[in-house]
Amino acid sequence: MAGKLVKSIREAIQLAGLKDGMSISFHHHLRNGDYTLNLVMHEIAALGVKELTLNASSLFDTHAELEEHIENRVVTKINTNYMSSGLGRRISEGLMEAPVSFRTHGGRPRDIQLGITPIDVAFIAAPTADCAGNCSGKFGPSACGSLGYAFPDAMYAKKVIVITDNLVDYPLKGWSIPEIYVDYVVRVDAIGNPQGIVSGTTKITRDPVGLIMAQTAVKVIKHSGLLKDGFSFQTGAGGASLAAASYLKNVMLQENIRGSFASGGITGYLVDMLEAGCFESLMDVQCFDLKAVESIRKNPAHQEISAMQYASPAAKSAVVDNLDVVILGATEIDTDFNVNVHTDSSGYIMGGSGGHSDTAAGAKLSMIIAPLFRARLPIVTDHVSCISTPGRDIDVLVTQRGVAVNPKNQELMLRLKDAGLNVMDIQQLKAVAERITGKPGHLTRGERKVAEVIYRDGTVIDSIYSV
Amino acid sequence: MLRSMLFLPGNTPGIIINGEILGADAVILDLEDAVAPTEKDSARVLSRNAIKYMGFGACQVIVRINGIDTPYWQKDLDAIIPVKPDFIMPPKVSCAQDVEAVDQYITALEEKCGFEKNTIKLIPLIETALGIENAFAIAASSKRIAGIFLGGEDLTADLHCKRTKEGHEIQYARCRMVCAARAAGVEVFDTPFTDVNDDEGIYTDAQYAKSLGFSGKSAISPRHVQAINEVFSPSLKDIDYAYEVMEAIRIGKSQGKGAVALRGKMIDAPIVARAQQTIDMAKALGLGREE
Repeated sequence: MAGKLVKSIREAIQLAGLKDGMSISFHHHLRNGDYTLNLVMHEIAALGVKELTLNASSLFDTHAELEEHIENRVVTKINTNYMSSGLGRRISEGLMEAPVSFRTHGGRPRDIQLGITPIDVAFIAAPTADCAGNCSGKFGPSACGSLGYAFPDAMYAKKVIVITDNLVDYPLKGWSIPEIYVDYVVRVDAIGNPQGIVSGTTKITRDPVGLIMAQTAVKVIKHSGLLKDGFSFQTGAGGASLAAASYLKNVMLQENIRGSFASGGITGYLVDMLEAGCFESLMDVQCFDLKAVESIRKNPAHQEISAMQYASPAAKSAVVDNLDVVILGATEIDTDFNVNVHTDSSGYIMGGSGGHSDTAAGAKLSMIIAPLFRARLPIVTDHVSCISTPGRDIDVLVTQRGVAVNPKNQELMLRLKDAGLNVMDIQQLKAVAERITGKPGHLTRGERKVAEVIYRDGTVIDSIYSV
Repeated sequence: MLRSMLFLPGNTPGIIINGEILGADAVILDLEDAVAPTEKDSARVLSRNAIKYMGFGACQVIVRINGIDTPYWQKDLDAIIPVKPDFIMPPKVSCAQDVEAVDQYITALEEKCGFEKNTIKLIPLIETALGIENAFAIAASSKRIAGIFLGGEDLTADLHCKRTKEGHEIQYARCRMVCAARAAGVEVFDTPFTDVNDDEGIYTDAQYAKSLGFSGKSAISPRHVQAINEVFSPSLKDIDYAYEVMEAIRIGKSQGKGAVALRGKMIDAPIVARAQQTIDMAKALGLGREE
């Protein structure tokens, strides 16, 4: 047991037998505060290892050093579920030879489990660990709450290295990932910057347009027929989504509705709903703020779940398949309800599906909230520049000027019309936007494929080209 | 009906573009205080084009032009009148002659555009001590006047006092404005509540304005619109009572009674008039029951 604890990241890499052409992995629970990926990549580069496949559940701007490792051919292939705009822009400009493979939060563990994207060495940043590798995100100076996305890496990688800045006596009480999966443990000074790991508090938008959309979203939920005892719900951490959660809480309390669970990335607003009795439990694959971290540490009804349990199509069942309602965002949506969350209006990579496609596929009601136009550009287009989530999985688009229901869901359309909501054909909504903004010109894409979008079932549903 | 009127800076397309969906009964496209002198022309053009090409749906459109003591107000009207806003709001109106100057200029422009005379109404903004003292003369000065509007911020500067949340310093002005407007048979609108982060304070301030007799209130933040609309809409209880009054009157008449009582109180003409106002407003807002 004591033999697992090694002196440095470099020693752990060497002991794990990392060689040219292998695959390494990281989770993204430390978000934009993560130091670990950079620390590890620095050591790998110093060791002269080349042509690695990097499998990271998400990549943030704090990982900008990757650009250098890509240029030096330390990393020659990336598999990820999300990439923020800094690195995304460079990838879109043609930084890598091999296209980036974007998966979903459910597709990634599926493909790891099925051996489609095998991992040779997993590096798991752990806010607290013991010398045997039992580890948790709930405690320590770099606490991030759930370690949900690290589970498939721990379970299926050939070698697993836990990196912690809070090494405690064996056995760690309340571990998330058990020692049975862990080969080596390394203690470092800091795995991340706490200020970038979780927000102090996530806040509801004060933007009046966002608040109008949130109010409309809650009306849609209320009149969908799904808001009753046993209700299950997921929403994001964006301002309008949080506002919707806050309004939904009021409706559930007023109407004395006791839901089953809320899932996904968990914020303080969902914790408030749990504590107010709106839900029986929270199913937490990732914490977004300090209140969520504190709650998962203290409240047994706030449960950590793995990425597999959250969304994997290879799991025997998953949380997303039990969702009633999910609220999602979009950078673009087309008149067939296909949604883009990968690229911006100029075609640059600035995001990724994350759990978008997984929850949209699983939930009974998948709702997109988006303003009808951003700056001078309408959000509804004839064809999205990248299909992240197919339109067949989207039920309704909520904007500040009206609600468009996918014609496949006639029941919802009738319910919302009967409730007096401003239901419009999506073509009408597009016309409303274009009357104000004008019709935007077509984006001309480059020749080179820089990324492929792999749907949760493993099929490639779209490609992203250079800008 | 103008319960709520929301100020939008005339040179901010990102805000104007969503003007009609923010819940206000009217938007006030501001060419005056919210716009720097170097931006006057762009605000004028943007506001004109927003009215002409975009529109504001069911929301009425008021344009606050620059004061008649500036070199801008005629250019403002030249640009705005041809796109036919519902109202023009001249600021710092202190006497009937101020209204007449604007009225005459608009009349000439209406004629040039082929509009019927007095198509475009006026809501003078009264925000000086002299204006308050002349409120009735202003309110009665033109057939274009739809209402008068109290501006508390400039007024308190003119009064040499601080503007406070409680508003004791504008108490006299508020009462005088209401009285003048009602005497002239026009509407009267209250000054905005300026603390955009005080979600409770806006209710208190709007309720107080309503209690004095104001027809509606302006807002500088969309977050205040809902509170203003709620306060200046009749409650379901008020609507039910109004219908009860009208029913009691109907029964009394059919029985040939000269005096009618409801819940132990005599119903006199002012009560009936208020009940009718409540019912008219409820109908306009689609509130309450059918007759």
